[in-house]
Order: sequence, then structure tokens, then C-alpha cells
Amino acid sequence: MASGVKPRVKVPKTAAAGDTVTLKTLISHKMESGQRKDGDGNLIPRSIINRFTCDFNGKSVIDVTLESAISTNPYFEFDAIVDAAGDFKFTWYDDDGDVYETTKSIKVA
Amino acid sequence: MKFTRRDALAIGLGATAVAMLPMRASAAVDEAIAAFTGGAEVGAGDITLTAPEIAENGNTVPVSVDAPGAASILVLASGNPTPGVAKFTFGEAAGSQSASTRIRLAGTQDVVAIAQMADGSFIQASSTVKVTIGGCGG
Repeated sequence: MASGVKPRVKVPKTAAAGDTVTLKTLISHKMESGQRKDGDGNLIPRSIINRFTCDFNGKSVIDVTLESAISTNPYFEFDAIVDAAGDFKFTWYDDDGDVYETTKSIKVA
Repeated sequence: MKFTRRDALAIGLGATAVAMLPMRASAAVDEAIAAFTGGAEVGAGDITLTAPEIAENGNTVPVSVDAPGAASILVLASGNPTPGVAKFTFGEAAGSQSASTRIRLAGTQDVVAIAQMADGSFIQASSTVKVTIGGCGG
């Protein structure tokens, strides 16, 4: 499931130093749970994103372990403290070994 | 309608099977909790689990957890074929110990959140969600 995976991230463009900002992330992914059966009654193998991390200037914000009970197109919303301008780095780890990455910069006003 | 001995036996067996089902599910949940806490006692405390009372579609149920001072939060769905949902570990740049996501629920059940606090203690909260259409493709 390496096709059509598109991460989308919402980060404010600017923040005051020391502010807490809310980050929203969504990645398009089937998140096949391994519980469903196809038309012939065969189990469809599990294929999910098993880990998501967010770093700000190298410091960890959140590290999520995902199980098969996370919905299709995994969505996360969480908060981060912005002490200086920098980059948020978002990383998703797929069951099949693929890693999807995206970065967003934030300025301190 | 005549109530025969055979009927009584069938009803008794059915009731036993129904009673067994939730017990099996809770055993898996207990295992998951024990793996997370290492057998430590889980108390109550300042942890909030926000989930809808009624979810029409079990495929996407929005839930959020909030536990100020937590190092990590484990979310479990007690009635799912596999109880694990997600584990959030908060880093030093986290603005608050809270997160929201969307989860799958197989049916009406309790959703449990357990937080490991910075001092190593554990607290939990749970919320019952009624699911109209299950989300596990079964």
C-alpha cells in the first residue's frame, strides 16, 4: 500500500515564543485491519501504519503506536510548545516498511 | 408452548455461552493493561476520556484523551477482537498531554484510557460508547 498515501498537516504559520499550538495531521491510508474477509471468504492481510511521530527541532512532541483499531485515514490532533522558530517533522511508519515524511516550518512573530 | 427438558438445556447452554463471551474479551483487556502497567495498581485521577455516547458508524468514532502530567496514555477498546487501539507517548516539546484521533469499534462497548504519570503511577478512565453499525467488517 505505497500508492496514494498523501500526508496532510495543519500547522499555524506563526506563533509567539512559548506559545502552545495545536497541530492536526491526516494521512490517506486504508488501514486494513486484518479482520475483514474478501468475496471468497479469505482473510485480507493486515496493512496499517503502526507508528507516527512528530518532532520539533529534533525534540519529540508525540510518539504514537497505532493498532488496527485506528480508523482509515488516521487523524491525530495534539499540542506542541513553540519556544523558537523551527521545523515540525512528521513521520509515519507503514507495516510494509515504507516511511512517509513531511515537514512544516513555523515562524516566531 | 410446552417447555421441555431439551429446551431448558438449550437455554442454559446459550446463557453460558453469552456469559463466556464478555469474560474472554475482558481477559484480553486485562492482559493488555498488565503489559502496560507491569502489574502496578491502576487508580483514578485527573484523566479525561471524551467519546460520543452513541456512535452511528463504528468505523470512525472520534475520541480524545487528556491527562495533565502524563508521560504516556494507552487507549483500549474492550469489545474489539483485538483490544489495543493506540499508545500516545508525549515528548518534551508537547504542549499538553492530550490527543485526539478516530477509532474503530466493533460494537457497543467500553473504551478505556490508562495514563502513566511522570512519577510512574497509573490512572484510568473509561467511557461506554453505543455503536449502531460495527466497524470491523465482520
